[in-house]
Amino acid sequence: MKEAVEGEKRAFMSGNEVVAWAALAAGADFMYGYPITPQNEIMHYWRRLAPEYGRGFLQTEDELSAGFATIGGILSGKVAFSATAGPGTVLFQEPLSMAEMMRIPLVVVIQQRGGPSTATVIYSQQEVTLACFGGNGEGLRLVYSTSSHQELYDYTIKAFHRAWRYRFPTLVLGDGYQAKMHEALTLYNPQERGWGKVPAEPILGLDRKGSVRHLRNTFSVEEELAETLRRSLADYRKAAEELVEYEFLGEWGGELLVVAHGIVGRAARAAVRGLRAEGRRVNFFRPITLRPFPGQAFQEALRASGGALLVVESAQGQLGRIIKEALAEEESGSFQTLYRPGVGITAEEIMEAVPL
Amino acid sequence: MSELSMPRSWNRESKPHRFCPGCGHGLVLKALGEALDQLQLSRRTVFACDIGCSLLAWDFFDVDSLQTHHGRTIPVMVGLKRAQPEQVAVAYTGDGGGYAIGLQHLISAAVRDDAITVILVNNTTYAMTGGQMAPTTLLGQKTETTPFGRDREETGLPFKGPEALAALASPEAYIARGTVSKIKPLTKLLVKALQRQLEGHFSFVEALSTCPTNWRTNARETWGFLEQVMSSYYPVGEFPAGAGAREEAQLTS
Repeated sequence: MKEAVEGEKRAFMSGNEVVAWAALAAGADFMYGYPITPQNEIMHYWRRLAPEYGRGFLQTEDELSAGFATIGGILSGKVAFSATAGPGTVLFQEPLSMAEMMRIPLVVVIQQRGGPSTATVIYSQQEVTLACFGGNGEGLRLVYSTSSHQELYDYTIKAFHRAWRYRFPTLVLGDGYQAKMHEALTLYNPQERGWGKVPAEPILGLDRKGSVRHLRNTFSVEEELAETLRRSLADYRKAAEELVEYEFLGEWGGELLVVAHGIVGRAARAAVRGLRAEGRRVNFFRPITLRPFPGQAFQEALRASGGALLVVESAQGQLGRIIKEALAEEESGSFQTLYRPGVGITAEEIMEAVPL
Repeated sequence: MSELSMPRSWNRESKPHRFCPGCGHGLVLKALGEALDQLQLSRRTVFACDIGCSLLAWDFFDVDSLQTHHGRTIPVMVGLKRAQPEQVAVAYTGDGGGYAIGLQHLISAAVRDDAITVILVNNTTYAMTGGQMAPTTLLGQKTETTPFGRDREETGLPFKGPEALAALASPEAYIARGTVSKIKPLTKLLVKALQRQLEGHFSFVEALSTCPTNWRTNARETWGFLEQVMSSYYPVGEFPAGAGAREEAQLTS
């Protein structure tokens, strides 16, 4: 496969073009896509560049097909991805749910647009809940929220590596502003920065070692499902410690913590810098992984800021809900749980769960 | 091979299979097993099944297999085949998966001439979910959602898949309908379908099948419905593909 980027190269391009170059540089083999604004140019650039670098592309009949065809490509051992937005992200929940339960390294770039329904095709941060928890499952996904073109490049590359290493579907969350605006960044060859090849291997079919494999997402009894989920949840919890990423600006003794993600993180960072220049002791926290959420780092940042919080986002509290959950975990003494995914719960079990 | 022996491509450990007594799935899968044996394809094949009764075939064959979501078996196999053209890809689905929730995938794969083989089992009902009307339910046929019989005014005519695909598909595609009541001809159709995939083209076989559980029929009535009622509305045979597409190709070439 021909390398897409040799050495380092300064570039000035749109976010969608950045994603196409990042996927090429990461060694992605195939893109399956369906048109929806504002992610279209990812496909456009990929389709034009793909033949030169020996990569494949298929324009599918809808987002369901894009997602499931990407899964098919991945099962054959190819590094495959898709990109979507808005109502397309809704349709992607079905393939994402299958990938989540079957531990298929499905990579999807989402350029958020406004909703509900079709609404504006330009910009929002309203796809956080969908990206993190949209499927009929437990949200065992890795979701990166990028705030600059450099991060779009870095985390699109990283998404392929993380998805294949940990075998959870991985989403890169941008937005229409990032997709369409031009910005300077440094393109690089990931292998020259210590990234090896994406650890892809055939999951089904030719070139796979080992005995015949029967993959299924169907279970005879609830307990069988629960056991499969229990293993995935344990893997996810363990992986979370290695996966969480964030940015923190500030120090102990702050009066307020401003929290924002993605492109709004840039405005929030600038605001915090402005306030600090005026002598205010305002701190800044930006989760880069929205899922898993860097809860421990967030709580430390909050303690350093006197416990006062300002959550800023281009949505009605989608990041806010994630933060509320992180706060509830802090109060674990009074917030106890009896979670049993997919299986029934008896009165006796609840009685046993009540502390003495 | 003797009539009573299992195809070599079957997974013996998952037998006896999980389908209801009298269900036609086992016969379709026997024909497919024999076709895979004849062409010696089991080491090259990925078998994918849908949701619905077809999912019970997830470990039916001694070949790499995958059970997907409802209607999505075709796009998964399209994606796999595009990424790995040396693979033989078989998508196994019911009439609901292929003609209703996944119809866009079936038509698009046929139009694009994706080199996969789709096998669709037509038992005129949604069987796994308890016997609702399928696109293939015949007029007057009683199901849970047509308790007084399927009414043309309310739900239109039963869907003729091979006929529809023949009009839309690429001229190189192979399209046929067989029946579990004639297992050797069905096997031949499946062999031809797999061969057409090996030549790089789309192939589709609908298999008329039985569902005594949801039809609420005894053995004689089951066979009678299949051989007389179903077969008269759904003719068995090969359907030359792409008459329309052929003219179009001439216009543009």
